[in-house]
Amino acid sequence: MSPVPKLILQRLVLGVVTLFLVSALIFVGIELQPGDLAEQILGQSATPDTLAAWRAELGLDLPPHVRYLNWLGGVMQGDLGNSLASRRPVADLLSQRLANTMFLAGYAAVISVPVAVVLGLLAALWRNGIFDRGVNVGALSAISMPEFFVAYVLILVFSIQLGWFPTLARIDEAQSLGDALYRCFLPALTLMLVVVAHMMRMTRAAVINVLASPYIEMARLKGVPRWRIILRHALPNAAAPIINVVALNLAYLIVGVVVVEAVFSYPGMGQLLVDAVSSRDLPVVQAVGLFFAATYVTLNVLADILSILSNPRLRRG
Amino acid sequence: MTSSTWGASRRDFMAGAAAGGLLLGMALPGAARAQDSTPKKGGTLRVGYTQGESSDSLDPATYSNDFMFATSYAVFSTLVEIGPDGTAQPDLAESFEPSADAASWTFRLRDDATFSDGRTVRAADVISSIRHHMGEGSKSGVKSLLDQISDIRADGDKVVIFDLKAGSADFPLILNDYHLTIRQDMDGRIDPDSRIGSGGYVIESFEPGVRIELVRRDDYWKQGRAHFDRVVLLKVGDPAARMNALVTGEVDLIDRPDLKTLPLMARNPNLRVHTQNGTLHYTMPMNVTAAPFDDVNVRMALKHAIDRQAIVDKILLGYGSVGNDHPIASSMRFYNADLEQHAYDPDKAKHYLSKAGLDSLDVTLQTSDAAFNGAVDASVLFGEAARAANITLSVSREPDDGYWSNVWLKSPFCCSYWGGRPTADLMFSSAYAAEADWNETSWSNPRFNDLLVSARSELDQDRRAEMYAEMQTLCQTDGGALIPAFGQYVSAMSTRINMPEQISEMWDLDSVRFIERWWMA
Repeated sequence: MSPVPKLILQRLVLGVVTLFLVSALIFVGIELQPGDLAEQILGQSATPDTLAAWRAELGLDLPPHVRYLNWLGGVMQGDLGNSLASRRPVADLLSQRLANTMFLAGYAAVISVPVAVVLGLLAALWRNGIFDRGVNVGALSAISMPEFFVAYVLILVFSIQLGWFPTLARIDEAQSLGDALYRCFLPALTLMLVVVAHMMRMTRAAVINVLASPYIEMARLKGVPRWRIILRHALPNAAAPIINVVALNLAYLIVGVVVVEAVFSYPGMGQLLVDAVSSRDLPVVQAVGLFFAATYVTLNVLADILSILSNPRLRRG
Repeated sequence: MTSSTWGASRRDFMAGAAAGGLLLGMALPGAARAQDSTPKKGGTLRVGYTQGESSDSLDPATYSNDFMFATSYAVFSTLVEIGPDGTAQPDLAESFEPSADAASWTFRLRDDATFSDGRTVRAADVISSIRHHMGEGSKSGVKSLLDQISDIRADGDKVVIFDLKAGSADFPLILNDYHLTIRQDMDGRIDPDSRIGSGGYVIESFEPGVRIELVRRDDYWKQGRAHFDRVVLLKVGDPAARMNALVTGEVDLIDRPDLKTLPLMARNPNLRVHTQNGTLHYTMPMNVTAAPFDDVNVRMALKHAIDRQAIVDKILLGYGSVGNDHPIASSMRFYNADLEQHAYDPDKAKHYLSKAGLDSLDVTLQTSDAAFNGAVDASVLFGEAARAANITLSVSREPDDGYWSNVWLKSPFCCSYWGGRPTADLMFSSAYAAEADWNETSWSNPRFNDLLVSARSELDQDRRAEMYAEMQTLCQTDGGALIPAFGQYVSAMSTRINMPEQISEMWDLDSVRFIERWWMA
């Protein structure tokens, strides 16, 4: 059996096990939190009567393991259940938020991946020069500042001082793509500043590493131009680590943007998760948690496969 | 943030200069606030709201945040509405009359009131809507408030009669509550998720926890109300994002601005800060059945060992006023203005301690910012002030999650808050009556409880005023609630937003009825 299908199969099985463990952990985590949905909704105005009425209707009076198994049984049949708080199907709640999250992540990725790779290559080409130093200092400074600070600085400059971009990244179905891209530019830029450093540095390091190998020296002795050495000979051989880092950052763009969502009031999955955790709305927390875990698993599998495909020796097995 | 954040850009400056010129032309002091007092139709109101969750639904039994309260009042209507003077005014009901003992109330519905689908509002709609919150399986936050109702009857299509278990002179005001909006009756029940209401706006789109878009009803039956053409409520949870959105003109109105940076924002000539002296107050309930708080002298010692003004200045940043250990706000009817103000006085506190036979006192105050924003800091301030009176106050910080179920009503001394109730009777009945579910202090003063019952059904307003004055005195001198401060409701808005000269201050933003009552210049 060639290594690629075998690997995919292996990873998929492990992925399912991971998802199962994650769902159990989330359930236990929510159970450990003080209070339940009834208490969160009624707050100070709770009375024993109304609490009992809420719990009976939502099934919160059942023992924890029964509730978990009920939920698991539903998921096995493709039913994510209903939100405890709003009684709407979780799938409905999720679909719009999911689209929003993927839109912002995709937008940020489309800007940041090419920028990071090109900057990394240029930094490798002119390594230790003034450009290399400048790009490194800039990217590392951006990543060292907390996301919300980067976001506030961008808002201050581009929204309040210059008035170019809106501070609220409101999007809805009625908008045109151009309008949505315009409204989400600042959050996408913030995310780009946060993720570029990691990918850029890895590209630079991987390419420089390859540049030290004998066949590059050979190419140079042949008189191949430097930019051609980098693009033709170095980059393909440095692709594996770059792909891995890109995959990690893509996963981050999908699951890790809750702070940026809050600053720009962007209706993504992160906000939904925070709302759901604070109201102890377990089915929603589970669904979002599973989606986040699945994102990591999928992107990691994808990165492994691409690394193998990019390496002729591994490809042949 | 530095001051440059809110510094006027060139554009702002030009706009501000233009506005300034207009004001000079009018040359009226206070003109910036009064503006044009004739309501004008049109415009879109965009609001940046702190609260609102993806779990929100239109079911009136589940409303738990400002976003839904405002939506409720805009899309649906109530039998009565609260007026600027704190009294009940006709809304869906054109009149309401008590029986001689105030134990039965007759509401007559307006003939012209219609739902957004054209159907008129009938008695059966009212009965089903109120019953939605009553009875065994009710999950509603107002269930206990409605326990006083023994029966609701219709007399024809337009008259509803409420029979109460005991007389209540303030009963109509309860029906102003945002939970108790009237929905369409369907065979004795309401459809809780229905969007059909009799309010001035209809829902165009609703994404819970994100935004709701409302459009004015052309056939709205109430004259002189619902001036905005469109209303968009946005949930903007982050305070800085909210303020940024207001400064850049993406919204016209925000609630709960960050008080620390508010003075900087207020320098922008296009914006205005709006405050209301509401009923919101912060309490530190002492359980009068638990030692050492079972001694009234210990309670009085603690009441004199707290520096109230420092809490107003440092915790509320001036947006509030000192409390006097009773829950009746100065803006409410029957407020007792003659009552002597409790003030910080370590010597007096020591005097009360010695009356209790003590040289010093060790107590623990359980606190959390879930009780109110700044509660932990206020508790620490209290501890510092109390030291001068030989009182050692240990501050025990509790987790925010589950504070209301695990600490409040269980701890002998903790922090709490009350958003306030529209009447003195409701406030006292909720948290000070001996048998109340939420009697935070387990206080049971026979004279107070007698007065509470007799004042409730008293229809002579002067006699009521006397009774409520005495009850406030009893609370202050004998009760277990230490009430250091009343908070103001603070919001910020574009100067284009206008409101009537007299607004209801009971709750934030004209008692949450701003969508229907305010307009755009």
